Amino acid sequence: MAQDYNKAKRGVYMGLLLLGAVTLVEVFLSLFGKGYIISGVESSKILFAVVGIGLVVLSLYKAYFIVYEFMHMGHEVKGLRASVLLPMLLLVWAIIAFFQEGGSWGDRRALIEEKDKIEKEDTGKPTGMLLHDPQTKKLQ
Amino acid sequence: MATDSMVHGTDTTADGNLWDGGKPPFKASYGKLMMWYFLLSDAFTFSGFLIAYGALRFSMPTWPVPDFVFSTAPFGVHHAPLIFVTFMSFLLIVSSVTMVRAVQEGHRENLRGVVFWMFLTILGGAGFLGCQAWEWNNLIGVEHMTVTTNPFGTHIESGVYLEGDGHDIKEGDTFEAGDTYLIHQHGGDWEQLKFKTSGGEIKQQEFGPKAFGALFFFITGFHGFHVLSGVAFLLIIMINAASGLYVKRKNGYEMVEKIGLYWHFVDLVWVFVFLVFYLL
Repeated sequence: MAQDYNKAKRGVYMGLLLLGAVTLVEVFLSLFGKGYIISGVESSKILFAVVGIGLVVLSLYKAYFIVYEFMHMGHEVKGLRASVLLPMLLLVWAIIAFFQEGGSWGDRRALIEEKDKIEKEDTGKPTGMLLHDPQTKKLQ
Repeated sequence: MATDSMVHGTDTTADGNLWDGGKPPFKASYGKLMMWYFLLSDAFTFSGFLIAYGALRFSMPTWPVPDFVFSTAPFGVHHAPLIFVTFMSFLLIVSSVTMVRAVQEGHRENLRGVVFWMFLTILGGAGFLGCQAWEWNNLIGVEHMTVTTNPFGTHIESGVYLEGDGHDIKEGDTFEAGDTYLIHQHGGDWEQLKFKTSGGEIKQQEFGPKAFGALFFFITGFHGFHVLSGVAFLLIIMINAASGLYVKRKNGYEMVEKIGLYWHFVDLVWVFVFLVFYLL
């Protein structure tokens, strides 16, 4: 019993070291990706993606560790684990859908700004999304 | 499975069907189970906010660079990117660890241990709130960022400044596309500096995306409010534990375990707030 307790205690402090170390690596990686540690590397698109994915993976690992070790999810019954964790999978689609949507908002805003510029340079003709020729009633 | 349904209803041995009632099938008390489901729903709330942040960030042509925005620390420290928030993260991690210790002492029915480790956890939480108060005060009072105004703009092309702001930017300073700047206030008026782009155009600094301030204050505020209520509940349960209330219940200080789950969740959310606001 006492041995179990000492083992659990040591496990907790190892957890502290682990989480602290992962956080430091994350900050280092983030600053590296922005060119603070070696200047000039921040312009690389590949490095940007690698750093981004690395940060997400490390954060997910921290989340896993907190849930499974600190919150004792690893010691719970399978059903409890599934009923809490499986619904989180819904977020996978939410992330894909809303990031796609965000990108689309940006594209549309850029398109509208582009059209606003064209209208200013126009020569007094009527403008709009759908332009009909008054004689032929056809789209121009 | 067929044998299962045949056994069902006729078997009267102690092992019967787990779901017939009388014993918790998840081997967890009602309170603990409901804490888990509350945390699940709370996780969806936070996910909604963070996904909204991502969607809005993707929709903007520019976004303030976090290691420029969050580069100030107390005692006059400037240009120290992410150092202060890293310290805040450590505070939360340490308070999470002290909370695990409190739960462990609870399982051993050690009253003094529970109170001691819960007290340290409360100190960590209060320290985090203090840091956040300083961060907000600096952003609102010194840098004039509000829910509707975002003075952190970002250059879309390289160029050279034609005037200085009396702080970091001097006349003749050059900048690259993607560099973030802070528009300062002088005597209550915004001073948007003029600069010449590499294409030879003369432009002035523009404000950054409005959504940045609103998202920042809303999300870190919502998290901070969780920390605040966590500290309040920790305090209540620590006083209860100290009074000997949970000794009588003889359930291994389950109340401490439940508030522990909540407290770890607050740390868990910070992992992701830290990721999207500060690291990426």
